[in-house]
Amino acid sequence: MKKGELKEYGHPLAQWIRGDRLPFVFCSGCTIGSSMTCLARAFDRTIENMDNLVIVSGIGCTGRASGYFYAGAYHTTHGRTIPFATGAKVANPELDVVVFSGDGDIVAIGGNHFIHAARRNIGITVICVNNFIYGMTGGQMAPTTPSGDYHTQSTPYGNVERTFNLVDLAASAGASYVARWTALHQMRMEDSFAKAILHARKYGMSFIEIVSACPTYFGKYNKLGDSIDMLKILEKISVMTQPLSVHPHEATSDMSRIVCGEFVELERPEFTQEYQKIIDAAQQG
Amino acid sequence: MKNRMKKNRDVLTGTHYAMGNVAIAEGAIAAGCRFFAGYPITPSSEIAEHMSLRLPQVGGKFIQMEDEIASSIACIGASYSGTKAMTATSGPGFSLMLESIGLAVMTEAPMVVVNAMRASPSTGQPTKTGQGDVMQPKWGSHGDYEIIALAPWSVQESFDMMIDAFNLSERWRVPVVVLADETIVHLKEKLIIPPASRIRRIERKKPKVSPEHYKPFKTGQDLVPAMATFGSPYRFYASGLTHDERGYPDMTPEAQNTLITRLNDKIRLHRDQIVQVDEFMMKDAEIGVISYGISARGVKGAVREARKKGVKVGMFRLRTIWPFPEEQIKAFASRVKQIVVVELNYGQIIHEVDRFTGSTPVKLLAKPSSEPIHPTEILEVIAG
Repeated sequence: MKKGELKEYGHPLAQWIRGDRLPFVFCSGCTIGSSMTCLARAFDRTIENMDNLVIVSGIGCTGRASGYFYAGAYHTTHGRTIPFATGAKVANPELDVVVFSGDGDIVAIGGNHFIHAARRNIGITVICVNNFIYGMTGGQMAPTTPSGDYHTQSTPYGNVERTFNLVDLAASAGASYVARWTALHQMRMEDSFAKAILHARKYGMSFIEIVSACPTYFGKYNKLGDSIDMLKILEKISVMTQPLSVHPHEATSDMSRIVCGEFVELERPEFTQEYQKIIDAAQQG
Repeated sequence: MKNRMKKNRDVLTGTHYAMGNVAIAEGAIAAGCRFFAGYPITPSSEIAEHMSLRLPQVGGKFIQMEDEIASSIACIGASYSGTKAMTATSGPGFSLMLESIGLAVMTEAPMVVVNAMRASPSTGQPTKTGQGDVMQPKWGSHGDYEIIALAPWSVQESFDMMIDAFNLSERWRVPVVVLADETIVHLKEKLIIPPASRIRRIERKKPKVSPEHYKPFKTGQDLVPAMATFGSPYRFYASGLTHDERGYPDMTPEAQNTLITRLNDKIRLHRDQIVQVDEFMMKDAEIGVISYGISARGVKGAVREARKKGVKVGMFRLRTIWPFPEEQIKAFASRVKQIVVVELNYGQIIHEVDRFTGSTPVKLLAKPSSEPIHPTEILEVIAG
């Protein structure tokens, strides 16, 4: 595409995307792009002042996403999206800060930052696109790779490690909004993104896991077919649940069953608002 | 100092008896720092403690992070939100921060990192002093980069240097490392804080063009780009990937060459505006002792004693460690017959000094024993 083409064609999401950076770096059949579309639609519904939007992503396939959004955007080192976002949000609590990154970035190398941001309940939205694998580095095992007979470039004999349940992790660490969807559930995803952004403003950290399809590596190594085949599998194994009806611990995600839905929605004190009270007291006292 | 603090005042003008760590924190606040992210570590923890008390009083933010990696990158986030930000640590934490120091160099985020050096490597002796981390700011993060590092030798200079550190960081859009040491940060001495009107604060260059025409890494003659911040109409993308003027990733050899040349040259070509050195009794000196930080305190005593015995000796003190004062050392070396380098490690800055001393002989007094070097030890080397 040529510079500015999105705007010239009157694309409905043109205002959120840097037309001059297209085409995306993502492989054909990758579902990161469709998740980005849902996020842009959610921005349409929630962001009144575009100047206050900040998108942060880290290293990996999903890590490249921030650079395509026409917003304040930053591409951190591997795993450091959340502490960067924390600094940006604490310094200016008016900002809507959205972390959009991958499973390796957020829960492997960045796992410690993830649990502490959740515990702190800082008002940022964290979206984790989980494709079960390290894509950018050529398809190695991730903490989210399903256990058992699943093959990657670093588990040629299968994966003996347990799979991380990100919903359970986020909920037990203290995130105040927690949801999971697959890349197939575009409407639910968009609604959930919009809800998460509004939640983060008031009540603290929102976390959404998007189970994604990587035909290039995870699909190929495990003979799951192309992108459409993989989405059909996601459709078959995903289970929709009523909001807050399933305990996060029971909200499992593996290749036999992906429990989708909203698992936590709590009105907890948000970090920057609580800190403002400290500033007010310190300045008066 | 606590009982003399007045609420809402960011410059505590007056004469105090203060610890180095407190002087560092007050210097930062006086310089305009309004964000601190840190992780407790001896011997720097009092900086974080003092900031947690003082920053809310002046409307600033303090956050204790989960580790030093998080602390240092939170500073970059805060810096990009338009705030003057800092963190403080010691050797083990500084090792973890090097990742973000590289990112701050690459994305040109102004921030200040204090390293209260302790005896090392690894956990070493947490409560004892050392100068073993002086090469680390320059060479510790991967890749080719230039950085600014300063070394204070007193409580007063700890305060003063924090103002310099923030000003240099804002001016050149580069992280500035303050290499203090355990002795200086735990030392209590007289501290004179000047009136606010006497403290010069430099702010980062802001974009002058309209948002549509703004390119976040486009520079003028000084090689420093204007910095927009989050929450403004200037929407930009910044990345640790090699990028062009627009901030967009560019994987061509030309882009790598252009960016790395500029990031290095923006410091190298402006050494004259950055480097500061100090001399003591150098006028007729035949022996010149080069030192920095706490070690220079011992040298000053030794020079005084030697002068009493008629030895023509003086001191040359590095206030700036990086960029290394190459020209100043060259000129200095041509004025003396013998150079002695004194440092509290097993010999580090000597290697830099050696490169610029020409034919003037250089002796080394390096002591990796975790206690400050006594003037008598230095006198022996001067005499020998």
